[in-house]
Amino acid sequence: MNIEDILKELTSGEKITPDATRWLAPEEVHIEVRPGDFRNACLFAHHKTGSPVSSLFAEDARAADGCFYVRCVFASRHEGRWLVISARLDAAAPEFDSLANDIFSAAFFEREVSEMFGIKRRGAFDTRRLRLHTEVWPEGFYPLRKDFRPPEKCGGTGLDYAFRRVEGDGVFEVPVGPVHAGIIAPGHFRFSAAGEPVLNLEIRLGFAHRGVEKLFEGKIPEAALAFSEFVDGEAAFAHSLAFSMAVEKIRGIIVPGERQRARAVLLELERLYNHAADVGGLATDVGFSFPAACASVIKEGLLALNEKLTGSRYLKSFNRLGGAALPPSAAADIGAGLAAAEKDFLVLKETLYGSVSFMDRVEETGILPHKAAVELGVSGPAGRASGIAADLRADFSHLYKNAGFKPAKQEKGDVLARLNVRVAEFEESARLIRKFCCPQGQGGDAPPAAARPQSGCALGWAESWRGPVLYWVRLGENGLVERCKVTDPSFQNWEGLAQAVPGNIIPDFPLCNKSFNLSYPGNDL
Amino acid sequence: MMRILWNSFKKGILSRKFEKVSLPPGYEKTGGELHSLIKKKFGRSLHIREVAAGSCGACESEIISAGNPVYDIQRFGVDFVASPRHADALLVTGPVPRNMELALKRTYEAMPGPKFVVTCGDCALDGGAFRDSYYCAGDIGKIVPVAAHIPGCPPRPQAIVEALLLLIGRIN
Repeated sequence: MNIEDILKELTSGEKITPDATRWLAPEEVHIEVRPGDFRNACLFAHHKTGSPVSSLFAEDARAADGCFYVRCVFASRHEGRWLVISARLDAAAPEFDSLANDIFSAAFFEREVSEMFGIKRRGAFDTRRLRLHTEVWPEGFYPLRKDFRPPEKCGGTGLDYAFRRVEGDGVFEVPVGPVHAGIIAPGHFRFSAAGEPVLNLEIRLGFAHRGVEKLFEGKIPEAALAFSEFVDGEAAFAHSLAFSMAVEKIRGIIVPGERQRARAVLLELERLYNHAADVGGLATDVGFSFPAACASVIKEGLLALNEKLTGSRYLKSFNRLGGAALPPSAAADIGAGLAAAEKDFLVLKETLYGSVSFMDRVEETGILPHKAAVELGVSGPAGRASGIAADLRADFSHLYKNAGFKPAKQEKGDVLARLNVRVAEFEESARLIRKFCCPQGQGGDAPPAAARPQSGCALGWAESWRGPVLYWVRLGENGLVERCKVTDPSFQNWEGLAQAVPGNIIPDFPLCNKSFNLSYPGNDL
Repeated sequence: MMRILWNSFKKGILSRKFEKVSLPPGYEKTGGELHSLIKKKFGRSLHIREVAAGSCGACESEIISAGNPVYDIQRFGVDFVASPRHADALLVTGPVPRNMELALKRTYEAMPGPKFVVTCGDCALDGGAFRDSYYCAGDIGKIVPVAAHIPGCPPRPQAIVEALLLLIGRIN
């Protein structure tokens, strides 16, 4: 069902008449409903688009409009458009009806809105904080309010976090983290187990919370673009791409085709080195050292290629508002780099798939059923491994559609399915890169900067190697960033991992975890 | 099994094949010096525990890369260990969010002495891009004593090896 029909039916069937309907771009429509209708309008859009909550966030507009806004984003995939439903909330006592009882994919977003803005949710089933840990952060301080002042003292509140408790004969808990055994970001896993199998896994994150969204505010867009690369260092390019797309939409900058292709090349290069590392990570976690070493050599070669092309191994500080242009020698470098990577990847693949003991570990391990993945709003490779063929590149990008891109898809949802998706995506990305840099990336001239309005809001997106990264940006009248909502795919996918692990034994957890390979900094912000 | 052996043989020792993997000049020499210093001062091996305290992940990626077959930091006597109980040194990345203060302190306390702390990456020096955050400690020195810093965003693997050489040269 198209968005136009959804809006019509919303008025005729649900008797909800939007106060305002605005097309911000051909692919992005905003509707504003009364606060009392917010929940029903979101439920309706959720059912009609079949989309999970792609993002849900608030905005402090008390200075300009005398209210808070709460906004909920849905993707209408078959037509490649976004639907944003907003409601004004009272400035003094903001609250709205919780969606999470009906749409689970809203649950974590709502908790975030509450702790960051002090907005209440009527009927919420989980009122715990997410990132501002109760042990260190006092009550009553809401960082994303415009009049926020940090508390005088942090830490030592004497409060503790309440984990879900599993009780019964022989049930015990295994706490892991926040400091893990490997070289990896912090998080806490609380396993409840009886004998070997895990009964419940609760993942507590937020240890890497750095106040990213607040730090975006007040920056000029160019500085904010550089800052977006710090949100998640392994997906630096995807984040900067999503941010720059939002600003370009607001300013009315049209990125020339050559520069779009250059960006796509870099986005795929980022996917390549990370997917290679992830495939190797699975080998590491079963103690299979040869393919693990092989994967790290592939990654190293691709990082060196990144550096040759952009001056940065992690593709940082290269993307600009208005696009990125590759050097003239790019096609040759890429050709050589890709050939080496693909050759080694073939060895890696054959070694892994040819090993019976490896296959035995990954098959039927850590199954995330299709239904659970849909309910949780799991996206990216993890979603595609559980039968959700959603990929922003296929659904929203003409560039990719024209290149004949088809998302990889598996049905089973186990570790092997996620491995298969990564392997398929590695090969597809290499094909796409060749295709995109074929007509000689001469870059083209940078588009003229900003003749049109400097203020406004828009949604930017990019399909990172972990899944969809969304940036909702508002530039104020002064041209500075007023609000920037970052949505990383890991934010919802972590719960997918928590649901995939129960029933498996704890020694298989690293394997499950690596097969999702989710971001801590992207989640914690 | 035969396939693995054959492929290993075909690939050879990557860290020696300069022309193939374009290792920076001087890397072998720096590593060799580091190796002999570690032999002398640490009884053959330096064990490092890494703690990510709010980094974006790029520093971790480079630290892991230092262990790949190309840089192979392990052959110089440096090993990354899974527990602070096994560590001589703590390598800290990130601007240290409030939520990590206690964990960082406890990790340090869990290490046997003598021990020292090295910070890695621009964020760990003074908060970097997150200096003005409401949720970052900023100065790691207030939580654990810091002996040295490895600059970079992120530092390359060779920079990590060079910095370790300089640092260990200073330690008595």
